[in-house]
Amino acid sequence: MAAVQETIDTVGTLQTDKYKYGFVTDIESDRAPKGLNEDTVRYISAAKGEPQWLLDWRLEAFRRWKEMHEPNWAKLRYPTIDFQDAYYYSAPRRKPKLNSLDEVDPDLLATYAKLGIPLGEQKLLANVAVDAVFDSVSVVTTFKEKLGEAGVIFCSFSEAVREHPELVRKYLGTVVPASDNFYATLNSAVFSDGSFVYIPPGVRCPMELSTYFRINAAETGQFERTLIIADRDSYVSYLEGCTAPQRDENQLHAAVVELVALDNAEIKYSTVQNWYPGDETGKGGIYNFVTKRGDCRGAHSKISWTQVETGSAITWKYPSCILRGDNSVGEFYSIAIANNYQQADTGTKMIHLGRNTRSRIVSKGISAGYAQNTYRGLVSVHPKAEGARNFTQCDSLLIGGHCGAHTVPYIESRNPTAKLEHEATTSKISEDQLFYATSRGIPAEEAIALIVNGFCRDVLQQLPMEFAVEAQKLVGISLEGSVG
Amino acid sequence: MLEIRNLHVEVGGKEILKGLTLSIPAGEVHAIMGPNGSGKSTLSYTLAGRDGYVVTSGDILYQGESIIGLLPEQRAAKGVFLALQYPIEIPGVTTMTFLRTALNAQRKARGEQLMDAAQFLRLVRAKGKTLNVNDEMLRRPLNAGFSGGEKKRAEILQMALFEPKFAVLDETDSGLDIDALKLVAEGVNALRGPDRAMLVITHYQRLLDYIVPDHVHVLAGGRIIKSGGRELALELEKSGYDDIIKAAA
Repeated sequence: MAAVQETIDTVGTLQTDKYKYGFVTDIESDRAPKGLNEDTVRYISAAKGEPQWLLDWRLEAFRRWKEMHEPNWAKLRYPTIDFQDAYYYSAPRRKPKLNSLDEVDPDLLATYAKLGIPLGEQKLLANVAVDAVFDSVSVVTTFKEKLGEAGVIFCSFSEAVREHPELVRKYLGTVVPASDNFYATLNSAVFSDGSFVYIPPGVRCPMELSTYFRINAAETGQFERTLIIADRDSYVSYLEGCTAPQRDENQLHAAVVELVALDNAEIKYSTVQNWYPGDETGKGGIYNFVTKRGDCRGAHSKISWTQVETGSAITWKYPSCILRGDNSVGEFYSIAIANNYQQADTGTKMIHLGRNTRSRIVSKGISAGYAQNTYRGLVSVHPKAEGARNFTQCDSLLIGGHCGAHTVPYIESRNPTAKLEHEATTSKISEDQLFYATSRGIPAEEAIALIVNGFCRDVLQQLPMEFAVEAQKLVGISLEGSVG
Repeated sequence: MLEIRNLHVEVGGKEILKGLTLSIPAGEVHAIMGPNGSGKSTLSYTLAGRDGYVVTSGDILYQGESIIGLLPEQRAAKGVFLALQYPIEIPGVTTMTFLRTALNAQRKARGEQLMDAAQFLRLVRAKGKTLNVNDEMLRRPLNAGFSGGEKKRAEILQMALFEPKFAVLDETDSGLDIDALKLVAEGVNALRGPDRAMLVITHYQRLLDYIVPDHVHVLAGGRIIKSGGRELALELEKSGYDDIIKAAA
């Protein structure tokens, strides 16, 4: 597996020999030795100064994981991953600070410009020291103060373990159990860091919470863990990711996101994922195996997932909702773009447990080049879910003659009062459409971006405003090179 | 304005235009009439630069320069416009967005200033008025679910917005009832002017009652076999294509 080898080589160029003779808990060193065993798990936990209960939780997950097998039901092809041939922990390192934008890779700057990211933000993203005009420190400080006044907790996962252990312990693993699936269990054993959010009862979070504000604090690593709790009558909108392209030396990523919405609470979770997809020949690129699940635990609660997936070589991701509370609502809006040799297998699960629960799924899959794009979804209505309703719409768009789109919807109803609707379409950007648009003066690549944005409109509208504008441009950029 | 010299065009390896010569000076409207399969649509696609329409010999000069090496969008930016017989549906993209994107793409290519949304809205409303195109229609995806008349009106609206120097109208009358035809013809006539040339391609002479041409040409077998004034169209209507084709052979 060339790509992993490349990653290993990169990591290998850093000093690794000092770990040759094994270790116990050498906190001084900044990386755990290669491979995964109980010691690795203990190392990670110790390095982060975690309490015993969390170490026990990790170890239990690790024991489970050893018994598990990698799932193979997704429509994804990739070489077997050797989990012993990887590093599982490196201490958070600050990216090297640069003095000016002149030192930044010009390709990266060109992409920022296309996305229309303001200069100040470009500097922040590229980790250039910022000037007085755009002082990231003061932005973050004002931001923290404002949240503090509202009683909102927004911090790194590690900080939450230290400062709010009772909340973490109460909710961790209650939505995605440590033994949930191969990748989630792996994450539970070795997760590096991530975000923690708690919105107290009756509070409407005064601003969109964005991981962006933490992006340069430290790299969160490949096994990110996010936990968001919206207590009763609260509301939060959370933005994950960034339209700017992200590279990472780790090829394998397995994140876990857990959302809990109590009575009358609402969580809106938006993602723009633009990890390195590999080159035009399919070499390199991130493997992204993510478990995201929201629990509408309270009555009248609502969780809505919106995702724009354009990056990664492999995407394996099914943000889901458990509609436990009566009258709770789950939504899933998705745009998945796969170009060149990318493969995406993504969708959602809506599990209707409570009465009068409602769910809505709108999925737009776009395939170009030699890419394969699969929508995989489950709508399940349990016997007690009186009056459950679901509406599903799955549209696929093909560009060129070598890509594929696949729709795999599972529908299970065990309550006769349930109303489930499913609509699906597959279409192709035709040569006629391209000629028509170009004959009116619109260059072919711009025409594709225009048509694809039209195709995705229903989902783009769900994104917070500032995100939507960038996402719209990202759609065009992701498909560059898909014509001619 | 436009000069076509001994044009030979192949589509899918088959020669369709076989030595077509035609000259249209600025300020004039020419009509090309011809039976099915004579090469009318091939001519219009070739003028617009569609992929797959291969010029094997001859040339197309527009404002004195050859355009056969140019992409469709480059020709559009230079002021060439083709109104299609069957306008294509663009689902999900509102008419407004499409038109603004197209106009700004042309302006950008010409190095002109782009139009913001407010400026454009004023412009498109003004141009749409005479063609009976209202805001409701502008908010619908372009051509998707449009009636035949709406599609043709949207085409002429684009012509009015882009203000091309040379416009080809391919079978603009097809699928229109008489009221819609009058409306479209009015839109076209409003754009006639000393700096603009037009080529109206049609199977029937009916359209030429409303868009009165300066010259009429008969296209058959990939060549212009007869040219004349407006009366040629009437003659064709009466006696059909067969006699003229026989006489020319």
